[in-house]
This record gives sequence, structure tokens and C-alpha cells, in this order.
Amino acid sequence: MLVANIQVSETPLVLYALRRADDALILGHRLSEWCGHAPMLEEDMALSNIALDLIGQARELYTYAAKAEGRDNDEDKLAYLRDVRQYRNLLLVEQPNGDFAQTLVRQFFYSAFADLYWRAMLNSRDATLAAIAAKSEKESAYHLRHASEWIIRLGDGTDESHARAQGAIDHLWAYTGEMFAVDDGERALIHAGIAIDPGALRGRWLTTLSDVIGEATLKLPQNDWMQQGGRSGRHSEHLGHLLSELQSMQRTFPGLTW
Amino acid sequence: MVTVVNDNAVLRQRAWDVAASVVDPEIPVLSIADLGVLRDVVLDGGHVEVAITPTYSGCPAMNMIALEIEIALERAGFHHPKVRTVLSPAWTTDWMSEEGREKLRAYGIVPPQASSSRRALFGEQAVACPQCGSDKTELLSEFGSTSCKALWRCKSCREPFDYFKCH
Repeated sequence: MLVANIQVSETPLVLYALRRADDALILGHRLSEWCGHAPMLEEDMALSNIALDLIGQARELYTYAAKAEGRDNDEDKLAYLRDVRQYRNLLLVEQPNGDFAQTLVRQFFYSAFADLYWRAMLNSRDATLAAIAAKSEKESAYHLRHASEWIIRLGDGTDESHARAQGAIDHLWAYTGEMFAVDDGERALIHAGIAIDPGALRGRWLTTLSDVIGEATLKLPQNDWMQQGGRSGRHSEHLGHLLSELQSMQRTFPGLTW
Repeated sequence: MVTVVNDNAVLRQRAWDVAASVVDPEIPVLSIADLGVLRDVVLDGGHVEVAITPTYSGCPAMNMIALEIEIALERAGFHHPKVRTVLSPAWTTDWMSEEGREKLRAYGIVPPQASSSRRALFGEQAVACPQCGSDKTELLSEFGSTSCKALWRCKSCREPFDYFKCH
């Protein structure tokens, strides 16, 4: 019953858009898993709203990747007809929701980066990426505010919430290094002014983390070892399970529309 | 030839007015012209092409709006209209018309406050209650019933209300 995977010609620009699109889609999907399960109504709406923003960003980035590729792929094919090894997202965003603390720490690490990233991308020489950045940077600002408020509330809350938040920080820390890594293709795009150098954002990212985590009476790990692989399609076991749910309708009923 | 040009201009204006009459399905007091979503209407050999710009990245109303534009134009006799999405320049709440802001306020939603789209991580923001005008209000959640709204509450009259987020 399964539909064949599409092939994607991953030129540096296609791959660049695809990686950011995959980050947004996978994290958006993860957050959507909370819909109807969040600890209170406001939070249910908040997580679903953020999921919608991210999936919206993913759609624009996929559409652009398909246009840059110039074949007959489109946003739907890119989302539904690529398998695990063809996905290019950060390992961080595919990690399971775990408990509420783990979801919010994952969101905090990512949003603190996305906020700086999209603001820097406003200056991209690529008009479409700059336009996507103009929307995303505003959304990232309130995503980060939301996550930061929760980190403080959980860390500076009860012994139980503090322990869970610290546990999530320690557990997810090794997945943060990938956000700042670049390969040769991206280096060329950075040189051309299309992409920005994520390494240059790391100092400010750490400052945001230290400020919020300090106020939350939590601690940043001292361990520098970082896990990598998502950007080149080497994923954790979790992504396959996520995709089987995300893609099940299109894989079972090819071309299905509402 | 002058007449033809004029006819085209008249026709284009008619097509613009038809497209501009489409309202936001989630905030039906606002037309897409009030919102600044309607960017351009072009007549090409009798066919109409409408350019719209998306608002919030994840706003599900955009598909609905595109469909409504097509239906409205077909009904008005403009056959096979096309709706095109333009990303650049990116939409901002600064494009919302004065008239649109007043309509929002009358509807009970506080309009976006100009140029305050990005505030400091934990900066304070003052939003006056649309019911009683009090500025003793508090933010309940930055995320409301649609992607464009935040949920606030008035501490004077105790009524909850929506605030149209800056973007």
C-alpha cells in the first residue's frame, strides 16, 4: 500500500530551506500532540497556536524549497512523501514530548535560537527567505516569551517541578549543538549573504539561556559533548514513529484531498 | 483608445471592490481591504488576478479567504479569477486601516497598537479595556481563540477581552 518516496535534488539552497522547514514541521507536529491534553485550557490553546505558527512557517519554507528545486515537488509531497533518512531536521525537535517540563525545555532551547535566527535572517539577500523571516521573527518573540515564563515557573516552583525541569535540561542539552553547526553548502550560502552564520548567535543564545535559567534557579550543564546527525538524515528512533502518524493518510490513500 | 483604457480602469475598480468586500471569516467585521491583506488586482485579457498577502504564518483563514475571493468574483461575472499569494513585503498590522481599527474596537477587540510588535522579553504593555476604557488590565494568555489574538482581562469591570496582537 505504501507510496514510493519522492526524490529531492538537494542543491545547497533547497537543502537550506528544507532543513528549516523540517525543524518547523516536526516541532509543530510534536506540539500538536498536546492538543486536548495540556494541563489547562489556556495552555492547550497556547501550544496549539504555536504549533500552527510553526506549521505555517514550514509550509512557506517547503513551498520555497520546491520552487528553488524547480521540479514537480510541492509542500505536500515534501512533507508527506519523504522517509526518515530524507528528513533534515534537528534531533532536538523530534525528541518526544515527555512530561510538560521536557516539552517546554525543548521549546525554550529552540525558541531562544529561532528568535535570534529569524531576526538575523531579516537581512538575507534572498527576498523570499527575508520575507519569511519578517513573519517568523515576530512569532518567535512571543514563542520565546511563553517558554521562558514556563521555565521560570517550573524551575522556581515546587521541588517536583524544579527536579523535572532540571532533568529535562540535562537530558536535552546534548541536542543543542546541532543548531550552530554548518556544512560546506551552508558556508557558501553564508558567504553569499543568503544565510547567516548561526555560530555568531551562540553567545547571545547562551545569554538568554543563562538569564532565564538563572531566574528559574536552575543550572546549565557543564558538559560540552554534543550529539549530531539530524541535518544529514541520521535520526533518533523517535522520528520514524512520528512520521508514521504524520504521513499515514497520504501513504495509505495516495493523493487524498479533503 | 482612451475609452478602452477608461473601461479597463472602471472594470479593475469594480473587480477591486468585489474582492475588497470579502471579510475575514474569523473576524467578520473586517474586510480584507481593512486588514491590508488585499494587495493588488490586475486585469489581464478579461481575467482577474488578485494578489493577497498572508497574515500570521499559521492563520488557517487564508485558504478560506482565497476561496471567498474566487467565489465573489465569479458571482460578479469575472470568470476564472486567480488568487496569488505574495510574501514580500511581509504583512504587518501597521497596514490595518483606521476604519478597520475603529470597527475592531466597536466589535469588542482592542486593535493592535502601532509599532509595538516586538517588546522586551518581559516588558510591560498597557492595553485599555474596550468595554469600560480602564487601563487596569492584565494579560491572561498571549494565545487566544485565533492566531491573531491575545486574551486579556479588565481588573475594573472584570470582563475578559481580546487584543489583536501586533505583527
